[in-house]
Amino acid sequence: MEIDPFIFRLSIFILSIFIGYYVVWSVTPSLHTPLMSVTNAISSVIIVGAIIAALAGESGNILDTANIFGFLAIILAAVNIFGGFLVTQRMLAMYKKKKKDKK
Amino acid sequence: MISANLLAVFYLISGVLFILALRGLSSPETSRQGNLFGIIGMVIAIGVTIVSVGNFSTGFFYLLILLIIGGSIGTFIAFKIPMTAMPELVAGFHSLVGLAAVFVAISAFLNPEAFKLGTPGNIKIASLIEMSLGAAIGAITFTGSIIAFLKLRGIMSGSPVTFKGQHYLNLILGIVAIALIFYLCSSQAASLFWNIIGISLLLGILLIIPIGGADMPVVISMLNSYSGWAAAGIGFTLENTALIITGALVGSSGAILSYIMCKGMNRSFFSVILGGFGGTDQISTAKNNERKPVKTGNADDAAFLMKNASSVIIVPGYGMAVAQAQHALREMVDALKKNGVKVSYAIHPVAGRMPGHMNVLLAEANVPYDEVFELEEINNDFANCDVAYVIGANDVTNPVAKSDPQSPIYGMPILDVEKSKSVLFVKRSLSPGYAGIDNDLFYRDNTLMLFSDAKKMTEEIVKGL
Repeated sequence: MEIDPFIFRLSIFILSIFIGYYVVWSVTPSLHTPLMSVTNAISSVIIVGAIIAALAGESGNILDTANIFGFLAIILAAVNIFGGFLVTQRMLAMYKKKKKDKK
Repeated sequence: MISANLLAVFYLISGVLFILALRGLSSPETSRQGNLFGIIGMVIAIGVTIVSVGNFSTGFFYLLILLIIGGSIGTFIAFKIPMTAMPELVAGFHSLVGLAAVFVAISAFLNPEAFKLGTPGNIKIASLIEMSLGAAIGAITFTGSIIAFLKLRGIMSGSPVTFKGQHYLNLILGIVAIALIFYLCSSQAASLFWNIIGISLLLGILLIIPIGGADMPVVISMLNSYSGWAAAGIGFTLENTALIITGALVGSSGAILSYIMCKGMNRSFFSVILGGFGGTDQISTAKNNERKPVKTGNADDAAFLMKNASSVIIVPGYGMAVAQAQHALREMVDALKKNGVKVSYAIHPVAGRMPGHMNVLLAEANVPYDEVFELEEINNDFANCDVAYVIGANDVTNPVAKSDPQSPIYGMPILDVEKSKSVLFVKRSLSPGYAGIDNDLFYRDNTLMLFSDAKKMTEEIVKGL
């Protein structure tokens, strides 16, 4: 009997939770705010679903209700992707070490 | 067109890049590279999706325009937002992820053929469960984050909104939503799907309104976690590895942050979620109402004390963010260092309105991150320090947390500010902090209260140095 592909996806999901658990515990507390903004940015990978939804349908009528919801989701996710990564970049650029005294 | 297998490999690669993006945050040096990995992962995911759909007609044109519009808005916000507004920005961004998840789920429900999930009215049961869960969690994230945003922004009062039977109502709504998902699987009726979304939107509002302002670090982390689970739900529907991996990462990340924040307040996750803290603690406020004598000082006293100290520890809190005092503070520290005073910063895990809030503000003011310490790292140093400068923090320094089992904050880890030789406490008035309890520290002999706005006082001290 074949294994349902759902089981494979479930395995990926469970193992990723464990990876997330260990990776996030190793994040230094001073970077918790950038952690939140970057997780926010990467969760916008949901745009993948939005793109499929928006461009689906070969009937030529691209402005079906289903497509429109896809397009709306694209805008929302795009705001998040650019906003999230750039604001993270901006924050991380501010974290500086103590300047070594030049003698 | 590219083959389904190749497509899956690319999604896997972007998933791995996202893991590396989080991994980079283990230290500030590797973090910028990590962020770059994240961006590359995102570009790969979007790129291969567009190629795989292979529709380069009108729709593609719209897609590009929307990407540019959304991207410009995002870029504009990212560069314009002041660092003190980070908590509400993150809350706002969470609401967008939630809404996007809802929209994608709706689209998949209306046009399941596009995602190979069956036909309208005959969608695979597993997919129905996944997409309605994704939509429901997305909807809760959406409205919940909006309430959090309004509270953080000050548009809505930060005090908890509670009414009788609130928790039962939430419980019933939750049960109804789950029951509707079951019915949806048997009947496939669109009206049920809309109802699930509607109830979840309402539930999102009801879940967040009873939670007060200073519990926001937990709420934001929790909503962060929800947005991840919503993405994972959609990932299962779309059978997309990148989304499943990302959803799991974000979900567990938010959950861990919520846990850290709850531990920082010594409160159980459930007591935070059930809310109402801070608004109803009448007993302890009344008990401490008699006015005890306090010592007050002015900027010159403070300047004199600190100039002659050999070590000073700064304890920033939410009040510093409100007064935007971080730059003035850095100037003060620079002046002190010129006088040969050793200065470090002590950050309580729940200082501010989101995890790491104070660290970002200090970084913005060019404070080197190796002068900033967490509670466990620095708490023993208070005993050997001459002056503790408390700016905008209150409850996290209250010694009552260690001594009075009756106190609502009893058991909360606090910064041992009272152990330093003298304490300078910048505060606008003697009013109690968020927990609604008096701070014992105000009445100690070694405490000098500086009644003023945090920024103004710090600037005056700079002049005095």
